[in-house]
Amino acid sequence: MALPSPPVAPVTPDAPRASRLISTAVNASPVSLERGRCVLTGNWNVQALAIKGEVRRRRESLSAAKGADAWDLSNVGLLDAVGAQLLWQYWEQKIPPGTELTPGQQALFEILANHPIKPASEKAPTDRLAWVVAIGTGLFVLAEHGQKFLGLLGGFVLDFAKLLRHPFRGPWREISAQVYRVGTQALGITALVGFLIGVVLSYLSAQQLAMFGAGQFIVKLLGIATVRELGPVLAAILVAGRSGSSITAQIGVMRVTQELDAMQVMGISHGQRLILPRVIALAIAMPLLVLWTDALALLGGMIAAKFELDLSMHWFFGQLPDAVGITNYKITLIKGVTFGVWIALIACHFGLRIEPNTESLGRGTTASVVTAITGVILIDALYAILFNEMGI
Amino acid sequence: MENPIIEVDNLTTAFGTHVVHQDLNLKIYPKEILALVGGSGAGKTTLLRQILGLDRPRAGVVRVFGRPVHDYVGTERIALTNRWGMLFQAGALFSALPVFDNIALPLREVHNLPEDLIREVVLMRLSWMGMSERDAALMPSDLSGGMVKRVALARALALDPELLFLDEPTAGLDPQRSDEFVELIHALHRELGFTVVMVTHDLDTIAALSTRVAVLAEKKVLVEGTLEEVMKVKHPFLDAFFHGERAVRAFGVNNPKEQNHGKS
Repeated sequence: MALPSPPVAPVTPDAPRASRLISTAVNASPVSLERGRCVLTGNWNVQALAIKGEVRRRRESLSAAKGADAWDLSNVGLLDAVGAQLLWQYWEQKIPPGTELTPGQQALFEILANHPIKPASEKAPTDRLAWVVAIGTGLFVLAEHGQKFLGLLGGFVLDFAKLLRHPFRGPWREISAQVYRVGTQALGITALVGFLIGVVLSYLSAQQLAMFGAGQFIVKLLGIATVRELGPVLAAILVAGRSGSSITAQIGVMRVTQELDAMQVMGISHGQRLILPRVIALAIAMPLLVLWTDALALLGGMIAAKFELDLSMHWFFGQLPDAVGITNYKITLIKGVTFGVWIALIACHFGLRIEPNTESLGRGTTASVVTAITGVILIDALYAILFNEMGI
Repeated sequence: MENPIIEVDNLTTAFGTHVVHQDLNLKIYPKEILALVGGSGAGKTTLLRQILGLDRPRAGVVRVFGRPVHDYVGTERIALTNRWGMLFQAGALFSALPVFDNIALPLREVHNLPEDLIREVVLMRLSWMGMSERDAALMPSDLSGGMVKRVALARALALDPELLFLDEPTAGLDPQRSDEFVELIHALHRELGFTVVMVTHDLDTIAALSTRVAVLAEKKVLVEGTLEEVMKVKHPFLDAFFHGERAVRAFGVNNPKEQNHGKS
């Protein structure tokens, strides 16, 4: 088969191709000056220049040869565009007169000559009041977040009202799939964490209570603490980390792959198809997960109390209804629903804000989880004050 | 005859039970521009991935610069990656980095190159692509499709590779941009003398650029040769591809040679 001949002599000779992998710059200086004539030898390609200090050494010898009348490059082994660029800096962007070049080198330098590059411009002076600007920008960003979040919440309320008016047209399949994903699949991890926290809490308080001989109060202590506070917060933190991040990342990737745009073009509302099912699913799944976490934490506490204080599990169980009371369960359910809605809305909010690049995706997911968890704790504090004022 | 720069020897690729290549053989020689042609799903991109060592073959071996591509490990693999460049179909620019850093990344990975030299090399590459210093500060998400291709080509060329892989270089470009892009690759190839392996469906690109064509069909290289030689072969796929309505429009009536001269 006839091979096409290259149009112009190649820049790199073919001979020992493998030698490009090994540096040949070990021999004497690649720049030598003889009676005003500068002769370049050796390789002038990326691989040769990549050796530590090589560029500096060559630059020093090139500076020394700056006034040369003539240049001879015919003995250069391999020359590529990076090596040529190095010489180009010293030739001040033109081929000096009286330079001996092979046709390939000539062609290469002509490409460089056809594309002049402006010298680096001065850096803009740093603004000393940049921190004031940063604070101001931060406030505006915060205000914009608040505005967008309110808009999202309003949109959700409208969508929800629409769902109540036409319940048969609701995205029930999607909701049920989400309940499975955020609820059922989270049963394992919430059970494990709830159980362990119950054991730890019971074990530590049992030691203290035993000192005062008040071991039986552990039922009340453990019951109120887990049902009212720890259960909802623990479950919310786990769900925020687990499902909040995945919702943000999922919606964010839909932005990157233009799926969100496609939905808009088809007239499918993001609120209806993305936000509504997720918020409703978490509002359903979250209180159930909270109850589940409560139950497992109490079980863990019961077992620890049996070993530590020798309280029978039967007795512990019998004391529970009196100790905890139905009000606390109502509180736990209200908290569960609120946390679920909050986590889902925050996750959707940050997901929709993601820009089509990987860094924004990472930043958005982190911001979503951090905001969701911080918000959960703030809401919990608000509820504590609220219920305290109400006297329950 | 010269030693081939890439040698694909009895390559078999399969995903599960789905066989993509069966005993595929292909040789690519220095300085040529080889067009890999084939229908959708014929395994063109998969073959590129095999050559680049991104996938492992089920059987057979791919030799690059005379050695099996999977034998290059550690520093040898890094040295090998400095000798080739790849233009991915969608650009595969690093979305978190601006254009300048995208092109500078391979140069910085070489280590020991001073920043002022890197700057000039990067701006030179951008200038070849007809882009200015102002474009260097843009983020990939701000670029148009044509600009993404050009920045990706600039990045592939950053280290002045001997071997350039192009996956659908003109897909998604308008005819004028596509002609410009072809002209650009043509000029750079003429001046820098690298070897090009390109996957393309675009008949104009094949006619204007390729010195040799390899047709992938029936899990192997069905025919290879110059465009005229390939067009003479009788095969249903080739008939549809090279003598269909689109081909007549692209080549004029069965006369690719004239077109070739016109462009080069």
